[in-house]
Amino acid sequence: MSAVLCLVTVADGAADEVSLQALGAASALASGGAVHALVIGDAAGAGDLGAWGATQVHVATHASLTSFAPDAWARILADLADTLDVAAVVGPGSDAGNTVLARVAARLDVPFAANCTAVVPGDTVVVTRARWGGSLFEEAAINAQRAILTTQPHAVAKASTGGSAAVASYAATLDDADLAVRVVGHVAAAKGGVSLAEAKIVVSGGRGAGSTEGFAPIEELAGLLGAAVGCSRAVTISGWRPHTDQVGQTGTKIAPDLYIACGISGATQHMAGVKGAKTILAINKDHEAPIMTGADYAVIGDLAVVVPAISAEIRRRRG
Amino acid sequence: MRVLVCIKRVPAVAGRITLTDGDRAIDAQYLGFAIGPHEECGVEEAVRLIEANSGESVVLTLGPAEATEQLRDAMALGITRAIHLVTGGEEWDGQSAAAAIVDAVRADEAANGPFDLILLGNESADSGGYQVPVRVGRALGRPVVAGIKGLTVADGMARLEQEAGGGRDVYEVPLPAVVSVLEGLNLPRYPSVPGRIRAKSKPIAPSSPERPEQRLGMIRLVVPQVAATEATVLGHGPDAAPAVVDMLASLGVL
Ligand SMILES: Cc1cc2nc3c(=O)[nH]c(=O)nc-3n(C[C@H](O)[C@H](O)[C@H](O)COP(=O)(O)OP(=O)(O)OC[C@H]3O[C@@H](n4cnc5c(N)ncnc54)[C@H](O)[C@@H]3O)c2cc1C
Ligand SMILES: Nc1ncnc2c1ncn2[C@@H]1O[C@H](COP(=O)(O)O)[C@@H](O)[C@H]1O
Repeated sequence: MSAVLCLVTVADGAADEVSLQALGAASALASGGAVHALVIGDAAGAGDLGAWGATQVHVATHASLTSFAPDAWARILADLADTLDVAAVVGPGSDAGNTVLARVAARLDVPFAANCTAVVPGDTVVVTRARWGGSLFEEAAINAQRAILTTQPHAVAKASTGGSAAVASYAATLDDADLAVRVVGHVAAAKGGVSLAEAKIVVSGGRGAGSTEGFAPIEELAGLLGAAVGCSRAVTISGWRPHTDQVGQTGTKIAPDLYIACGISGATQHMAGVKGAKTILAINKDHEAPIMTGADYAVIGDLAVVVPAISAEIRRRRG
Repeated sequence: MRVLVCIKRVPAVAGRITLTDGDRAIDAQYLGFAIGPHEECGVEEAVRLIEANSGESVVLTLGPAEATEQLRDAMALGITRAIHLVTGGEEWDGQSAAAAIVDAVRADEAANGPFDLILLGNESADSGGYQVPVRVGRALGRPVVAGIKGLTVADGMARLEQEAGGGRDVYEVPLPAVVSVLEGLNLPRYPSVPGRIRAKSKPIAPSSPERPEQRLGMIRLVVPQVAATEATVLGHGPDAAPAVVDMLASLGVL
């Protein structure tokens, strides 16, 4: 039994899912000890965290905290970890969570385990963590008095405890150095089609599409299905499509109801981005392509004729 | 201007991963080696910065003797010279890798002056530690901005863009700074034949740092068990279209 501190990030007026999952891991590590949740700046949703395992909620405030400042966040976590004398500091394995928790570990000069999928409490905390974007896992011992870790998104269950937690405000102490790195502006994205990350259907092309022009039938099918267009890395490094279309370990991770992969071999780094897809249809001229074991359905053939035939059939049925 | 870029040699895994060394390493016997996509963009950015501002770009790796291959690849793209921290092939945890990199940076800077920018990948392809850049910046007392996809340098400042909330957050930090980059920052060039030939005679400075006790102690690697289901083949060629559309209809996506 030991006290644990967990960073909770807020989106759209409530704690985000990945933070609730991190809180689940924090509860497991505390094994009955205090679970402190820290919310920085935006107190939205703080009152609800007791239901997800927090026993005490801290809302950190500071006049200079007007935008995201990762070193300031790390300073607050590190200070609070000292004050509360916690055995572990946990956070969500999001971009923000990983950089902030890494900064906590750097400040304290202790190990940092990113993207854990399982945690085992003990004098030495043992974790399982994702490597290669989740294609491989590592069991590791965190050899430190205070374990610093994040949880891999959608790998640890959030724990509905139905409890409640007191919310207290925490007046942070910050120096100029803590605020040197902070968001000073925002550039809005150009408005356009369906967002890849949120699309219900994604139609992707790979090297098999052959060229920029080879994407025309893929775009046509995507248009008919109201789908987003994606692609493999072979396509982006050839300059056929922008990197914003890339699906995979170093591209966008998607979770559509349907993924149609055309002329994509199914490399592990590509498949790391489609783990959340409910149904996968592969269109490939090679019946032995690795994607044949990852997909639910397949058509064996040349995408340049198969994809237009599917579009034509959809049009025919719609009349 | 002086720019340093840090790269890591990793096995070019593509299909199912097999393990060796008591499940503590990837069996790379039949694999090639590469650097991660983020780091490729870091190399490209370093080359572009020196093309635009003159000065020198340096590539650094902490890795086995064979990692000279990745250093030469980077130099073939236009990097000026290389620093090789030679290991025995064992993995180094993020803390010890960062400490060795910091020592090498300090030594090089003592002789040649500060690096205006140190570029690294946001996360290494193999271990995905998400920490070496932050530790390097902290130890050197320089600002670190992580996960960036846009970079411009002017008047001693770096303007950095990071994807956020459907748009991009902007950071501005004074140089010298440490920046970790993501694939998509730029489109890396391919090496030219003259580039490859020039790279052969560019200098690599080797040294052999001591590997300290590992504080993130790997116990073993685990390959996830995925049920190898064979896809249901709906047909061959364009004749498969009706079966595909039947399937789409049954999913309710039409
Ligand atoms: C660290 C790291 C990160 C990576 N991250 C990503 C990532 O985020 N996303 C990603 O996609 N990749 C990523 N990769 C690259 C990945 O390993 C593969 O190289 C890449 O996914 C291959 O793309 P592909 O399937 O389009 O090409 P290929 O592997 O060349 O496959 C092309 C396929 O198309 C089929 N084909 C060819 N012509 C036709 C046709 N006319 N009709 C139908 N089928 C046809 C072929 O049979 C083959 O199966 C990463 C690699 C590394 C090392
Ligand atoms: N052994 C190494 N040699 C050189 N650079 C490294 C090494 N390990 C990590 N890095 C750099 O730090 C980045 C992040 O690594 P990591 O913290 O392991 O995810 C990588 O993309 C590299 O740029």
